[in-house]
Amino acid sequence: MKRFTQAAASAALLAVTAGPALAQEAESLDARVNAAFAAATGPFVNFIFAPLPGTAFPWIVLWLVVAASIFTIYFGFVQFRFFSHAISLVKGDYSDPNDAGEVSHFQALATALSGTVGLGNIAGVAVAVGIGGPGATFWMILAGLLGMASKFTECTLGVKYRNEYPDGTVSGGPMYYISKGFTELGLPGGKILAVLFSVFCILGALGGGNMFQANQAHAQISGIVGDYPGWITGVIFAAVVFVVIVGGVKSIAAVTEKVVPFMGILYVGAALVILIVNYDKIGWAFGQIFAGAFTGLGVAGGFVGALIQGFKRAAFSNEAGVGSAAIAHSAVKTKEPITEGFVSLLEPLIDTVVICTMTALVIVISQQLIVDPATGNYMLNEAGSAIATVDGNSGVALTSAAFGSAISWFPYVLAIAVVLFAFSTMISWSYYGLKAWTYLFGEGKTSELVFKLIFCVFIVIGAAASLGPVIDFSDAAIFAMAVVNIFCLYFLMRLVKSELASYAARLNSGEIKKFTH
Amino acid sequence: MSTKLVIGLDGHSSGDRALEFAKTLAGQIGACELLVVYVIEWSPYSFQTAEENAQRHKRREEEISTAQDRVVTPAVKSLTDSGLTATGRVRHGNVADTLNDIAKEAGATQIIVGRSTESGLSKRIFGSSTANLVMEASVPVTVVN
Repeated sequence: MKRFTQAAASAALLAVTAGPALAQEAESLDARVNAAFAAATGPFVNFIFAPLPGTAFPWIVLWLVVAASIFTIYFGFVQFRFFSHAISLVKGDYSDPNDAGEVSHFQALATALSGTVGLGNIAGVAVAVGIGGPGATFWMILAGLLGMASKFTECTLGVKYRNEYPDGTVSGGPMYYISKGFTELGLPGGKILAVLFSVFCILGALGGGNMFQANQAHAQISGIVGDYPGWITGVIFAAVVFVVIVGGVKSIAAVTEKVVPFMGILYVGAALVILIVNYDKIGWAFGQIFAGAFTGLGVAGGFVGALIQGFKRAAFSNEAGVGSAAIAHSAVKTKEPITEGFVSLLEPLIDTVVICTMTALVIVISQQLIVDPATGNYMLNEAGSAIATVDGNSGVALTSAAFGSAISWFPYVLAIAVVLFAFSTMISWSYYGLKAWTYLFGEGKTSELVFKLIFCVFIVIGAAASLGPVIDFSDAAIFAMAVVNIFCLYFLMRLVKSELASYAARLNSGEIKKFTH
Repeated sequence: MSTKLVIGLDGHSSGDRALEFAKTLAGQIGACELLVVYVIEWSPYSFQTAEENAQRHKRREEEISTAQDRVVTPAVKSLTDSGLTATGRVRHGNVADTLNDIAKEAGATQIIVGRSTESGLSKRIFGSSTANLVMEASVPVTVVN
């Protein structure tokens, strides 16, 4: 079956570093565990990533894109109408000075972004452009713009239906808005759906939010310092995550939270420098993107291939509709839950429309993809599965080569960025998983400690072995979250609509106004 | 209308000297209201983890009550014991901006602060809160050494 999951990126990476080792270990215990695990979880994975009948288009991607389109239309293109208002909110124009010291809109957005900006923007985009050609970028941008409406919907609900405890802490996320929202609307099954979401969220946190990240970080490090056993990386990462989430060592998290945005800015900055130096090719690159979007320019699967790749990578990168962001955004201090919805719609914009597009442009402009001079189309590699590249790179290695062709030392910075992004994504997902866990098993020191320990153990497992099937499964779990979440959002979206109408009316009448600072 | 003075404290000994100075000054002025302010340095643009965000409200309450108990309440008591009219306030924010905002809101004629006790790299790059206040304040500032 033709299936290009997030694992494709990891497989490509692993092939670079662990290829020979993999062959030797074919009969090892790892391989047998993988085989058994694959057999057990295969049906679930195949179901989630199954293509629509007669096509190569996975239904889950259509599920996410259709939902994003419906929310976009239902809320009257909220992502464009309230775009400048969202910027004002982030700047703090509407924040009550008496709330100083509480979680600001900016902080909630930055926290959520550090959970999504990461490997999807670096490795994922390279996979999309490598397989779908430059045209994939067009569809990626479109999916990012539509995804803004999904984020708006889920994050508004996340704040509206969060739990606020007497001690002043808060817990929010899809499990809370599903159960409370369904009760409010008099619909049955809210509790069951919330439990189902939580189960998938825990699996997604341990997989895509943990093992996949550890695995990629190890691949990056060993790619630079040479091959060495993965469990070493795993133990180091687990130890650092352990002292942060169990030991409560805030300083490490604080350092990461400061370095990650800096890395993000450095990444975009480097991309901009490359684009400015090659300014004469920017028009050509956009030409390739538009031409490729509708003709494919010779890529496997033609323009449909470009479309699938673009939509897919966008969805994997910005997590719109998955429900994870609703957990991250719910801690904000605001009297109007919908304001956080407006702020959250900037997330897919920054993640997908800006950062992913930068990566794609650099790959196209650096001419890593080989063009057939006779036809102007892209040449396929020997297997015919992807576009031939200058050094045969794919995944994060392709991004690295593209940046390296213009700035020779940048691959080292990129490696550090990948490791830090992986770390911050792990910290974020440890929290998402924890919230789902405490929803199921109750809040309490012991219950929380059990989950945190399990989380740390999975880091070692993730870094140590080439867990293809496990990563497939955890990707599937993240998208299973989207199946439950979006299904529920269809019922709950009218609650958001009434909030939107009320807020828009008060904003227009001047009842909601800026604070003078 | 009586004269209003804002006293900015930072919990260090320089604050005690600022308080003593304000006491003397208020005694000379006569009809005078004193507003004791403690600003907890905080920025809405800092980066935090999801867990820190979830506990932020709780932490904020704790920070406010600690500052109130340790600095503001004793200072207000010391002023009222001397027969002066004084109230206290704890706020989060940029120290210089917040002191200035409070002074403007209250219609104060002067801000009294102790000399900065900050040190290190951030002071060299961004300057001290006291220096920033002196440069930006919209009312006269007295810095007590």
